[in-house]
Amino acid sequence: MAVEETERMNDLKLRTENLNLYYGGLHALKEISIDIFKNRVTAFIGPSGCGKSSFLKTINRMNDLVPIAKVEGDVFYDGINIYKEYDVTELRKRIGMVFQKPNPFPMSVYDNIAYGPRVHGITKKSALNETVEKSLKAAVLWDEVSDRLHEPALGLSGGQQQRLCIARVLAVEPDVILMDEPTSALDPISTAKIEDLIYELKKEYTIVIVTHNMQQAARISDTTAFFLIGEIVEMGKTDQIFLKPRDKRTEDYISGRFG
Amino acid sequence: MSNREGCLLRIKARRFYESAVHKVLFLCAVISILAVVFITFFIFQRGLPLFQKVSLWEFLFSTYWLPTDEANPGFGILSFIVGSFYVTFVALGIGVPIGLACAIFLAEITEGRMAKVLRSVVELLAGIPSVIYGFFGIVVISKGVRVFFGGTGYCVLSASIILAIMILPTIINLSEVAIRAVPKDYKAGSLALGATHWQSISKVILPAAKSGIIASIVLGIGRAVGETMAVLMVAGNAPIMPTGLLSKVRTLTMNIITDMGYASGDHMTSLFTTGVVLFVFIMLLNFLVNAITKKQIKSER
Repeated sequence: MAVEETERMNDLKLRTENLNLYYGGLHALKEISIDIFKNRVTAFIGPSGCGKSSFLKTINRMNDLVPIAKVEGDVFYDGINIYKEYDVTELRKRIGMVFQKPNPFPMSVYDNIAYGPRVHGITKKSALNETVEKSLKAAVLWDEVSDRLHEPALGLSGGQQQRLCIARVLAVEPDVILMDEPTSALDPISTAKIEDLIYELKKEYTIVIVTHNMQQAARISDTTAFFLIGEIVEMGKTDQIFLKPRDKRTEDYISGRFG
Repeated sequence: MSNREGCLLRIKARRFYESAVHKVLFLCAVISILAVVFITFFIFQRGLPLFQKVSLWEFLFSTYWLPTDEANPGFGILSFIVGSFYVTFVALGIGVPIGLACAIFLAEITEGRMAKVLRSVVELLAGIPSVIYGFFGIVVISKGVRVFFGGTGYCVLSASIILAIMILPTIINLSEVAIRAVPKDYKAGSLALGATHWQSISKVILPAAKSGIIASIVLGIGRAVGETMAVLMVAGNAPIMPTGLLSKVRTLTMNIITDMGYASGDHMTSLFTTGVVLFVFIMLLNFLVNAITKKQIKSER
């Protein structure tokens, strides 16, 4: 038991303690205390507007952009308090994010991928070339775009654009990847490709994904947390959450009785 | 009258009223089109006859301007064309960086009271009559140029500084709109990769707003080339080829306004011809703006 416990602590990637988030008068997240472990896919499910995406944005401090947002409590990344002891640009380099709607920049495929390394100071052409190829291969997009690296990224299909956005995140060599409903704007085939990709990526990265799609959470995640009105109702192994939920509300939600 | 007839009558009356409104609106639209057509027609009608006496080549590429000489009149406006562009481009060199910085500040950095104050000041700047700018130019700018750079103070540089201030509202307003039109997703994507705010502005937002910013600059050029009174008051107005920033200069607009009061005959015609040249330049700039904004819309699709 003691050994298991230390292993668990070694694998701990992110921890929140009594995290509260306010948007002005709205109490959007209430006392969230959870652990997220490395090389696993952690999924957040729950109805719209229950705080899943807001929670994701507290982890890479994208909520800093919302002037009325106020965070209380602590978020630890590798044991370091990200709101007190971390440079926000360094944090976002380590904890990448993929958005709901694919948002490639209006530039070429190549420049999209090279953007991150460039802002972090890499200028050598050969190093950039290597990063671009490696990232596109890791995002399983290389074969589709290798002959049009210098064409506008906005000319790609929606699914390709989203994989490009994933490749763009990989190019800055992150540690954790946050995904905010990454397949909600995509067709089923593109969705399947992204899901396969997530499965591959978890070998090297820690993945936290928000999804509307419960089947998706069941398919790809190791751990699932069920959010409801700013609170985590239940969090546990994905099998357990879907097969033997402990809370009545979780059961009602996953069996489709509301949401 | 039966009920049915009354009903039909009401429908007829309504139809008549509707079509009358449409016709009035159409008429108003036609008036503005006609204004442009008439202006074009009469400027050309009064200006083109000069070419019966002077060749187009001589008019555009000679610097010999002495229209009142009986024996050997000269109608070359090259100095004024060069003067107009010289003054305009120096004005852009000063005005574009300041205007663009101001637009970025308004669109990306500031909010609330500061933005409100800045915006109303810029609006005010756009509303000040150009003759007032001219006074300011004489009292402050010419004097400043004289003190800091020497010469008379009535020169290219003074005119350019005045124009730079005058084109600020155009550049600030249109560039701000262009910057604000850039999807917020781009900024979020850039910040989420660990880029700083300024990196996101300079490497993603500004390139995405490029067409709108260029359009604002081209419209600024139009305003600067067409400006008359303010530059007249500070530019020195000598009909010579400008030789440097401190040289006296005469622009196309100044050439028209200076001689307008007393010119007659071919001299008068030559002023209209100068107007034709100015008009053509402005038309070209407008086409350019349209082409740029069309390209923008196309690329967004």
